[in-house]
Amino acid sequence: MYAFNYHAPKTVRQAATLLAKNEDGKVLAGGQTLLPTMKQRLASPSALIDLNHAEGMSGIEQKGRNIVIGAMTRHADVATSAVVKNALPALAALAGGIGDPAVRNRGTIGGSIANNDPAADYPSAVLALGATIVTNKRKIAADDFFQGMFATALEEGEIIVKVSFPIPSKAAYEKFPNPASRYALVGVFVAKKGADVRVAVTGAGSNGVFRSKECEAALAARFNAKSLDGVKVSASGLNADMHASADYRAHLIPVMAKRAVDKALAK
Amino acid sequence: MSAKTGVGAPVLRKEDFRFITGKGQYTDDINRQDQAHAYFLRSPHAHATIKKLDISAAKSAPGVLGVLTGDDLAADKIGGLICGWMIHNKDGSPMKAGAHPALAQGKVRYVGDHVAVVIADTYAQAKDAAEKIVVDYQVLPAVVDMNKAKSSAAIHDVAPDNVVYDWHLGDKAATDAAFSKAKHVTKIDLVNNRLIPNAMEPRAAIGDFDAGTGVYTLYTTSQNPHVARLVLSAFVGIAPEHKLRVIAPDVGGGFGSKIFIYAEETVCVWASKKVGRPVKWTADRTEAFLSDAHGRDHISHAELALDDKGKILGLRVQTKANLGAYLSTFSSCVPTYLYAPLLSGQYDIPAIYVEVEGIYTTTAPVDAYRGAGRPEATFLVERIIEKAARETGTDPATFRRKNFIKSFPHQTPVIMAYDTGNYTASLDLALEMADYKNFAKRKKDSAKNGKLRGIGFSAYIEACGIAPSAAVGSLGAGVGLWESAEIRVNPVGTVEVLTGSHSHGQGHETTFAQLVADRLGIDIDSVAVVHGDTDKVQFGMGTYGSRSGAVGMSAIVKAVDKVIAKGKKVAAYALEAAEKDIQFKDGRFSVAGTDKSLAFGEVALQAYIAHKFNGQDLEPGLKEGAFYDPTNFTFPSGVHICEVEIDPDTGTTDIVKWTAVDDFGNVINPMIVEGQVHGGIAQGVGQALLEGAHYNADGQLVTASYMDYTMPRADDLPSFDIGMTNTPCTTNPLGIKGCGEAGAIAAPPAVINAITDAVGHEDVPMPATPYAVWQACQKGARKLAAE
Ligand SMILES: Cc1cc2nc3c(=O)[nH]c(=O)nc-3n(C[C@H](O)[C@H](O)[C@H](O)COP(=O)(O)OP(=O)(O)OC[C@H]3O[C@@H](n4cnc5c(N)ncnc54)[C@H](O)[C@@H]3O)c2cc1C
Repeated sequence: MYAFNYHAPKTVRQAATLLAKNEDGKVLAGGQTLLPTMKQRLASPSALIDLNHAEGMSGIEQKGRNIVIGAMTRHADVATSAVVKNALPALAALAGGIGDPAVRNRGTIGGSIANNDPAADYPSAVLALGATIVTNKRKIAADDFFQGMFATALEEGEIIVKVSFPIPSKAAYEKFPNPASRYALVGVFVAKKGADVRVAVTGAGSNGVFRSKECEAALAARFNAKSLDGVKVSASGLNADMHASADYRAHLIPVMAKRAVDKALAK
Repeated sequence: MSAKTGVGAPVLRKEDFRFITGKGQYTDDINRQDQAHAYFLRSPHAHATIKKLDISAAKSAPGVLGVLTGDDLAADKIGGLICGWMIHNKDGSPMKAGAHPALAQGKVRYVGDHVAVVIADTYAQAKDAAEKIVVDYQVLPAVVDMNKAKSSAAIHDVAPDNVVYDWHLGDKAATDAAFSKAKHVTKIDLVNNRLIPNAMEPRAAIGDFDAGTGVYTLYTTSQNPHVARLVLSAFVGIAPEHKLRVIAPDVGGGFGSKIFIYAEETVCVWASKKVGRPVKWTADRTEAFLSDAHGRDHISHAELALDDKGKILGLRVQTKANLGAYLSTFSSCVPTYLYAPLLSGQYDIPAIYVEVEGIYTTTAPVDAYRGAGRPEATFLVERIIEKAARETGTDPATFRRKNFIKSFPHQTPVIMAYDTGNYTASLDLALEMADYKNFAKRKKDSAKNGKLRGIGFSAYIEACGIAPSAAVGSLGAGVGLWESAEIRVNPVGTVEVLTGSHSHGQGHETTFAQLVADRLGIDIDSVAVVHGDTDKVQFGMGTYGSRSGAVGMSAIVKAVDKVIAKGKKVAAYALEAAEKDIQFKDGRFSVAGTDKSLAFGEVALQAYIAHKFNGQDLEPGLKEGAFYDPTNFTFPSGVHICEVEIDPDTGTTDIVKWTAVDDFGNVINPMIVEGQVHGGIAQGVGQALLEGAHYNADGQLVTASYMDYTMPRADDLPSFDIGMTNTPCTTNPLGIKGCGEAGAIAAPPAVINAITDAVGHEDVPMPATPYAVWQACQKGARKLAAE
C-alpha cells in the first residue's frame, strides 16, 4: 500500500466536496475491494474519503411499494433485515450468499454496485428488479446504470446515496458459484411484476451484468420453469476462463433461470 | 497411570489451549531487538537472462540498510541450495542438477524467482526501495508443457534437453514377458494435477547474527531444523554447525512444503551479518503461491496385463514428473524412490517396470507434498485397477480381492518388502460400512431425481516410517533417516522428552507425552516434549513421511527403556536388593517377592542425590538418549470408498458418503489419528475436486490467489465414516505404521473412480470441477446416443 491522505466526512455533501478537491481521491465504503487492491499496490488513490462516518447513508425502509436501502448498508444487514425478508426475500437471500461473514459485515450495497464487478451478485438484482440508483446528483435507472465490466454511469465525483427497489410479485436469485472465489460463475435473478418479467444474468457476460432476452421471452408467455425447456442462450459475448468456457456459462444460464423460477414460485 | 491418558486413549491435545487462545509463538510472532525487514524482488518473467541489474537508486532510498544480489552471495562464497538425493539415469550417469543460487546469478527461471533482496528499517521501505531497482531482462521462451520441454529453450546449461534424469526401476524383460502372455491389457493415461500446499502459516524467517559470540540464529518455519542447519552449514556455507542455531518454533502446518531449505531463510541469516541487524521476512500469500515448493504434477501412461482369470500378470508405467525450475531439497526422490516402489499397491503383481523422466520447466520447484510420490502411485494403481475391473466386467471389490497379496512378508518386484497386512479385512469392513450391497438401489433412486450416482474404491498402500538409513543411502539419499530422542528425568521425577521429530500440527506434545507417561507410570502432565531447537535437541531428522510415530516414538521408547534400566540400578542400591530382583511396573520399582518399592520420582531423586551408591560404581543422574534406525519401512494400508451424486445439468459433484477403513497398526491416540485421517481426506478431495495449479503458456501462475485456486472448505466435504483394522507393524517396537498421509493418498482415486462410474467413461480429469464433470457428462451423453 502506498501512502494516502485520509478524510472522514460527516455528510454526503462534505464527501462530495472532498472528492472534488482531491484529484485521484476515492470514496471508501466497506473496503472489501478497494483495500485489497491498494495493498497489492494495484490502486494508489491520493486520498480516501471514508463514507463510514457520513450520516444518513445506511438503513433499510419500505416506502410504499419500494424497498429503499442506503448505500452504506452492509450485506449482513440486508440479509437479516425483517423488512427485506418480508417484502423482497430474494434480495435478502442474495445478500446472505455474498462472500463470507467478514465480507458481509463490511461490504456495502453501494460499494458493490459502484464497483460493478462482472461477477458480483447485487447488479443482477438491481437490473432484474428495475431498481433506481439515487446519487448525490440524480436518479439513475438500472437499465442505464451498468455500462460494462467495472464501468457504470457514475460520473466523476458522483456518490451513490441509496438504491430503491420496486417490490416484485415474484422473484428469486440462483447463483452458481465459482468454486474458488465463490463469486458468481453464473448468477440469474428472475423477477416478475405484473406482466413484466425480467431475467438478469451476472458472472457470465464479458461486459458485466445483462438481461437474457431468450429467458425473458420464454417466461413472458408463462412464468414457469417448463417454459425454459429447450431455451438456448448464445455463448457469444460470454466470458471464458479456466473455470468455465463460454459454452458452459451459456448452458448454465437457463439451468439457473429454471431453478430461480421454481424457487420464486415455491414462495 | 490412568487409563484416561494411557496409550490408546483419546487424550485431548495438550497444545490446543495455547493455540486456540492465541498464545502460540510462530516465527512471525517473534521480534528481535533492532530487527530490520527483508523484501525480495522477484522475477515477473518465467524465463529471462538478466542483462543489467541496477540497484543504485534502491540503495539510497529511505531506510535502506542494504540491497544484496547474487553477486554478493558469490563474493561471500555462499553456495547454492542443494538437492539432497542423487538419482542415476538408466545408463548409470548422475542426474543433471543445475545450480540453484539463493539470489539470481544472471538468469531467472520462474515467476517468483529471487532477483535481489532489499533490507530496510521497515517492510514498507524495503518494498518501496525495491521498486527503484532497475532490471533489464532479456525474456526467453517459457517452458511450461512437459511434453514439449525437450525441444524447448534450455533452462539450465547442464540439461540442454530439460531432462533432469531418465530413470527406471523393475525388470523390463520379465515385464515384457508377462505382457506377451496377457489375455487382456488395460491401458490408461493420467495426469496427476499440480498442487500448491497452502499451509495456514506462510513461510517466515529471522536471521540474527550475534557479533559478540559469532553465532548465527535462524528462526524459521521448518519441519526439520537440524536438516536446515546441516544444509546451511555443510553445503551453503553460512557458518559451521556450532556457530549456527536453528529454531523452528510453533509452525502452522507444513504438509511437506516446510521440509525444504529455501532461498529466503538462507538470505536472511547471511544478510543479518552483512547489515549488522536481525533480518526478518514473512511471506505474503502471493509469495507463498509463487515460491513454496509445489506438489505432484505427473503425466503417466500405464498398462496392466491380465490373464484369462483376471489375475494381474504385470504392470508397465511411464511417467513424466515436473520438477520445476530448480531441484528443491528432496525433489529428485519424490517421483522416483517415493513413487515407483509403491506401484505394486496391495496387489500380487509378479512383474513391474517403471520409467520416470524428471523434467525441468520454468515453474516453481516441485517437491514432497503430503504423501509425496505415494499419492501419485496410488492414483495410478487404483485408477488402472478400477478400469481393468470394468473392462473385464468384474465387480471392482471382487477384482481387488482376487488380486490382493494374502501372505506376508511379501517381496514386491519394486524394492519393497511388506511385513504385514490384511487387505481383505479392510475391504470387508469397508463394504459393510458403505452398505455396498444396496448401492444399485441408491443409484436407481438418484436416477429418478435426475442425478448420476457412482461409487469408487481406493485400496491404498503407503510406505511410511521413513526410513532405514543404509537402504536409503544405497538409493542415493544424502542423509540417514533415523531419529533421536533423549529423556531427561528431573530430580523429582518429572520428565522432558527431547525429540528430533518436529510437530507442526501433528500433536506430538500430546502423543509423545502419552507414550512416555504410560511407560514410566507417571502423570501425563509431568511430561514435557521439547523439539525444534538445535541448541536443545542434539540432532534429529524432523517430521515428514509419517515417520514421527514409527521412527520418532521408537527412539523415545528406546531411551525410556534405558531410563528404566538405569532406574533399576539406582533402585537396587536404594532398596538394598540385587539389580536382577528389581521390577518396574505401574510407575514403581519394587523388589520381587517383597513389599519393598519406590515410586519412579523417588528413584529419580536417589539418582540425583547419589547418597545410596558410590559415584564410581554408578554414575549419578537420570538421563538417557537413543538413536533409532528402522529396519524397514512401515506399510499402512486401507480401503476408502467414495459415493458421489452428480448433477448432470451443472456438473456439480456431491460426495454423499465416505467410508475410510485404515490399518495403521497400533494407535497411540485415536482422536488424533482420526483428525489426521480427516485432514488427509480433505486434502485428497481437494486434489480430486478442487485444487489445481495452472500456469499459462507464458509461465505466469494463473492460480496465484484464492480467487482462482480452490482450497477445500468444510462445506465441500461430507461427514466421514471411519473404521480401523489393525495388523501391528512387525519391524518397530510399538507396532505403529503411521497415519499422517493416508487420507491424501487414498482419496483422489476413490473420488475419480466414483465419478467415472457415475458418468460411464474414464475421461475425467483432476480437479473434477463442475465444469470438467459437465464436459464429461456431455461426452458420456454423446457416447450413449451413439450406442
Ligand atoms: C473474500 C471476498 C469475497 C467476496 N465475495 C463476493 C461475492 O460472492 N459476491 C459479490 O457480489 N461480492 C463479493 N465480494 C465483494 C464485496 O461484497 C463488496 O461488495 C465489494 O467488495 C464492494 O463493496 P465495498 O463496500 O467493500 O466497497 P469498497 O471496496 O469500499 O469500494 C469499492 C469501489 O466502489 C467505490 N464506492 C464505494 N462506495 C461508493 C458509493 N457509495 N458511491 C460511489 N462509489 C462508491 C469505491 O470508491 C471503490 O472504487 C467479495 C469480497 C471479498 C473480499
